[in-house]
Amino acid sequence: MSSGKRIPHLSTLNRRELLAGAAAVSATAMLAPGAFAQQFPTAKVNTTGLAVTDTEVTVGILHSVTGTMAISETGSVQAEKLAIEQINAEGGVLGRKIKFIQEDGGSDWPTFAEKAKKLLVNDKVASVMGCWTSASRKAVLPVFEQYNGMLYYPTFYEGLEQSKNVIYTGQEATQQIIAGLDWVQKEKNAKTFYLLGSDYIWPRTSNKIARKHIENFLKLKVVGEEYFPLGHTQFNSVINKMKLSKPDVIYAIIVGGSNVAFYKQLKAAGFDLNKQTLMTISVTEDEILGIGGENIVGGYACMKYFESLDNPNNKSFVSAFKKMWGDKIVIGDVTQAAYLGPWLWKLTVEKAGSFDVDKVAAASPGVEFKGAPEGYVRIHENHHLWSKTRVGRARPDGQYDLIYETADLMEPDPFPKGYQ
Amino acid sequence: MFGDYSLAELGSILVMQGFAGLILFSVFLLMALGLAIIFGQMGVINMAHGEFMILGAYMTYLCSHLFETHFPSLYSGYFFFAMAIAFVAACALGLLVEWLLIRHLYARPLDTLLATWGLSLIMQQAFRSTFGAREVGVELPQWMMGSLPVAGSIEVQINGLFVMGLTLLITGIVALLLYKSRWGLQVRAVVSNRTMSGAVGIDTRRIDMLTFGLGCGIAGVAGSAFTMIGSTGPTAGQLYIVDTFLVVVFGGAQSLLGTVASAFTISQSQSTLEFFLTGSMAKVLTLLMVIGLLMLRPQGLFVLKVRR
Repeated sequence: MSSGKRIPHLSTLNRRELLAGAAAVSATAMLAPGAFAQQFPTAKVNTTGLAVTDTEVTVGILHSVTGTMAISETGSVQAEKLAIEQINAEGGVLGRKIKFIQEDGGSDWPTFAEKAKKLLVNDKVASVMGCWTSASRKAVLPVFEQYNGMLYYPTFYEGLEQSKNVIYTGQEATQQIIAGLDWVQKEKNAKTFYLLGSDYIWPRTSNKIARKHIENFLKLKVVGEEYFPLGHTQFNSVINKMKLSKPDVIYAIIVGGSNVAFYKQLKAAGFDLNKQTLMTISVTEDEILGIGGENIVGGYACMKYFESLDNPNNKSFVSAFKKMWGDKIVIGDVTQAAYLGPWLWKLTVEKAGSFDVDKVAAASPGVEFKGAPEGYVRIHENHHLWSKTRVGRARPDGQYDLIYETADLMEPDPFPKGYQ
Repeated sequence: MFGDYSLAELGSILVMQGFAGLILFSVFLLMALGLAIIFGQMGVINMAHGEFMILGAYMTYLCSHLFETHFPSLYSGYFFFAMAIAFVAACALGLLVEWLLIRHLYARPLDTLLATWGLSLIMQQAFRSTFGAREVGVELPQWMMGSLPVAGSIEVQINGLFVMGLTLLITGIVALLLYKSRWGLQVRAVVSNRTMSGAVGIDTRRIDMLTFGLGCGIAGVAGSAFTMIGSTGPTAGQLYIVDTFLVVVFGGAQSLLGTVASAFTISQSQSTLEFFLTGSMAKVLTLLMVIGLLMLRPQGLFVLKVRR
């Protein structure tokens, strides 16, 4: 474990107790309806006609619960609902309970845009937690900018974007990639890399950053780089190619159903991930459910959160999550990032003393969330999060063991110089 | 790219690459067989073929759990049982669908396309509601994982061998049924002239129903086998449907031999191109080749002579 591991969990705990106390106080205040909220009269905290009353504030949840992406987005919906429930239990936001309206993007990007418009224009929601793929985010972005909404977007993604109307609670590519490559070079003495990915914007942009970092900064060698159509299920040819070129590190950014096929075939072809170093940035605990722990055991994943993280915040988060959604459920990186959305919004609203989107956007930089399961996060000027990067190693039971975490928070850099 | 390698290494890669092509061939053939029977013999375009495969996959998933908790001693052999269950389940559903839906649409082939597509959406959502939106992992008994060292650095995957054996077996059974059994004779008669077959006393309704059921059942077995190499989720069937249609159409819809030949051509070119180029480029070139050949031979590789 790195020496820089933060200690402020104690203070976090205190803060939690404080919050619980505050919740008790506001619960008493609730006896006289909206008494706490009266410190913040609706006319003052909502000057733009959002769906805010003396007792309630409405937010939107916009994910795919049908279609291909439902596999991935289900976890995010569950996390957001949990966060909202917990915030309400603590007395809500500015004394108002959060009510949510959930819309289904249906894994279809125009539908996302249409539903976003519905949430902003018809329902006048104060903020939206939503989207998963970059394609869906790109589809709703113009809507959020035109109607001035606030989106909390949970997925790790390729970067190259920044908007007043979006808070990116996942990591952008450089945060996720660079620390991992540095680690693998140092720890595994890696010299050669084989880059793999599904053929769309996120893996391609990420591998581009990885290649630049490997070649220009680490001065090492990329011996192969390949992309496969989404849904590709036959990887025997590329596995043979890797047998031939014997890379020190296989760097894999394969997504969706392809992932399962890739790891099963890799294992069947005799690659033992305890001997062959493999690093991925696309396989969370959620994906391992489909892949099967025994097929990826020994592989390394580089992201910001693992369910197994050993800190008090995470322990209470995991147990609350399992209590709400069942024991068998697993929690991946994006699910945790989705959980941050409602909390960050609440903290920002309370900092701004207003639900108005412009004021929330302006108040966002600098907002800290000490109760985050991943530890501590803070919103950067560019609306991304300062967060640590971690390397985990897959266990047979489908969980990751934390192997390494960066000493400091990684600065988000969505437009990295020298990497484009 | 071959400069740095010894001859022995190149040789073993060549062998393994050939084997990879053969596995792909078996996979293509196995997934196309059910569709080829239905499409070729009945002219019904079954867009829900992929979902029937996934039904088989989910049956395998259920079986693996059943054996793990109730009959752990028999676990190593559960896969055979699971394939049988997959066949029965997919076949039964196929018969039901034929009776409820397809038989009303025989005169309107294009409408079957729409109806079965709707069916595929319904099945996807049913899987999602039953098994959850997340993918499920199907565990394999130990002996089916890993690879066999053949000689030197040559290794062949056990599950690949398994799929090859299964494909061989099922293709054999289908060929026997089609060309040696009474049912097969009747099917072939119905294909070449439906009205006349009816006139000589063949129950064409029954033949259609059995054909559809068998096609779906084979899809179920294929899905069961693919849990070894692919994912099992509500929409995983979509991963296979394009390749499946490609194989069937390219082969010539009415010919079993055509399906075999087309699966072989497509898989070999795909796997060879993938080795020398990249995954995406291989797909592009394979599709271009198929389109080119279909422009020259619109009926596909093998055409059955049918009096029209």
